[in-house]
Amino acid sequence: MNNEHIILPEGSLEKQTTTLNLGPTHPATHGVFQNILEMDGERILKATSTVGYIHRAFEKIAERRALYQITPLTDRLNYCSSPLNNMGWHITCEKLLGVQTPKRVDYLRIIIMELARISDHLICNSIVGVDTGAFTGFLYVMQYRELIYEIYEEVCGSRLTTNIGRIGGFERNFTPKAFEKLEKFLKEYPETLKEFDNLLRRNRIFMDRTTGVGPISAERALNYGFTGPNLRATGVDYDVRIHTPYSSYEDLNFTVPVGTTGDCYDRFLVRQDEMWQSIEIIKQAYQKVQEFKGTDADIYHADVPAYYLPEKKDVYTKMEALIYHFKIIMGETEMPVGEVYSSVEGGNGELGYYLISDGGRTPYRLHFRRPCFIYYQAYPELIKGSMLSDAVITMSSLNLIAGELDA
Amino acid sequence: MALTNDIIQQKLTNKFGDQLSQWQQPYGMLTFVAEKDINIRVLQFLYDDEELKFQFLTDLQAVHYPDNTGAELCVVYHLHNLKDNVRIRFKVFTDIGKPDVFTATALYESANFMERETYDFYGVNFVGHPNLKRILNVDEMDYFPLRKEFPLEDQTRIDKDDEMFGR
Repeated sequence: MNNEHIILPEGSLEKQTTTLNLGPTHPATHGVFQNILEMDGERILKATSTVGYIHRAFEKIAERRALYQITPLTDRLNYCSSPLNNMGWHITCEKLLGVQTPKRVDYLRIIIMELARISDHLICNSIVGVDTGAFTGFLYVMQYRELIYEIYEEVCGSRLTTNIGRIGGFERNFTPKAFEKLEKFLKEYPETLKEFDNLLRRNRIFMDRTTGVGPISAERALNYGFTGPNLRATGVDYDVRIHTPYSSYEDLNFTVPVGTTGDCYDRFLVRQDEMWQSIEIIKQAYQKVQEFKGTDADIYHADVPAYYLPEKKDVYTKMEALIYHFKIIMGETEMPVGEVYSSVEGGNGELGYYLISDGGRTPYRLHFRRPCFIYYQAYPELIKGSMLSDAVITMSSLNLIAGELDA
Repeated sequence: MALTNDIIQQKLTNKFGDQLSQWQQPYGMLTFVAEKDINIRVLQFLYDDEELKFQFLTDLQAVHYPDNTGAELCVVYHLHNLKDNVRIRFKVFTDIGKPDVFTATALYESANFMERETYDFYGVNFVGHPNLKRILNVDEMDYFPLRKEFPLEDQTRIDKDDEMFGR
């Protein structure tokens, strides 16, 4: 650091640095985070992070909720990819209850999960573009996030906080309209993604802005508990979809993109390549879904009457269905005793659920392993010694989501 | 050669003997309880051993068992061996009156926030932690909200006067 660039106010001898509050509500942070930066001119000497501004005590609330009532809570963790969280939660419950889902459900889930991953990465990468001064790409890709949300809407009725799926499957079968929109997406989106790729991938200005910014080595990243694209950008090929396959990911062919330096540019590339992989995964899964013909094509949930709501017309005409309906809605079903840890590859990494059941109607303890919360600790180390503007793009390329940070 | 739960259990038993107990495998994940004084030695051994190499701390949290007198709080570690792709879980029980547990921050940077969160909600005092203060709740809070003595929404409470909904 060059000392002669520091201009001190007259008479100030003791404090040679400036304290700057980046946040809690700074437009460049895209969320509620506070970072107290100790600045020497434009350089950051030290950063102290404060989190917890939107803490909502989900873990406590979950201790008084039946399993199906916890799904809406998981929506609000990483709200850029709610379906991933929902599916992760269903898979955890199914593991505890010993439910085996039909293959068709697995493939439908994969379609939804990969759409969610695309929408999550789209936001992150286009926001990195915005923060480096390229607003155009953001607008190009937004219409496809809109299309993804329309597909969610067709399946579950909502867009952002989806509450999609149920324990054992989906709440209803996919409509022909949903598949139509999916086909439209698969046809049109790759072109736009290519265009977005062309705008930024080899763009000199973008590369200069992001290469070597906020780097982290593989060892440090592992020590900091990084997972997901941020870890893969450092060169570690850890992906929950490969390591602990769930929802029949083992049936599909895809590669795990990795980077080398773990800087903002590598994180961008890894996310970009993952989106291309996701498209391939969706195509394969969709093809497998189409192979189900006749009555097989009507399967959209497993046979778990104690947890899966019966059809409404059965509730009015059949005694058994009425009983199950009542017991599920009132949360009066006792769970098996057990403790289970289950994780899925979320938008930002390993999203884990640690569920302890003491045989009651609600979880005895539920803990969310939120990837954001864990890797955010590295942020002060990542930005130390860099410029303030680099700190901003480091934050957006880490894809910090306040909802996931605070639970 | 794949690392199996039996090998891990054998190696740990050879090293620590009966300081580790309650071996279980719920849903395939090896789970055991360690005495609270040796939690860091167990972590270090699992980290350093040539064969075990549990070098990734997946998760760390606490659970409160109010009826378990003398060992009310339970700190749970989830570790992952990324090479052989094996996960294990181990627990440390501590008295709620003196909830001192050694910190894992020297070994894992990731334990920093996780231990602060655990302290915040359960009051586990992680001895040696560099910055053990509340993280998600307000600093002024003087209780640990996830403990079981704070029930959520008791329908019979009388301190709320709500004429519209009759409670």
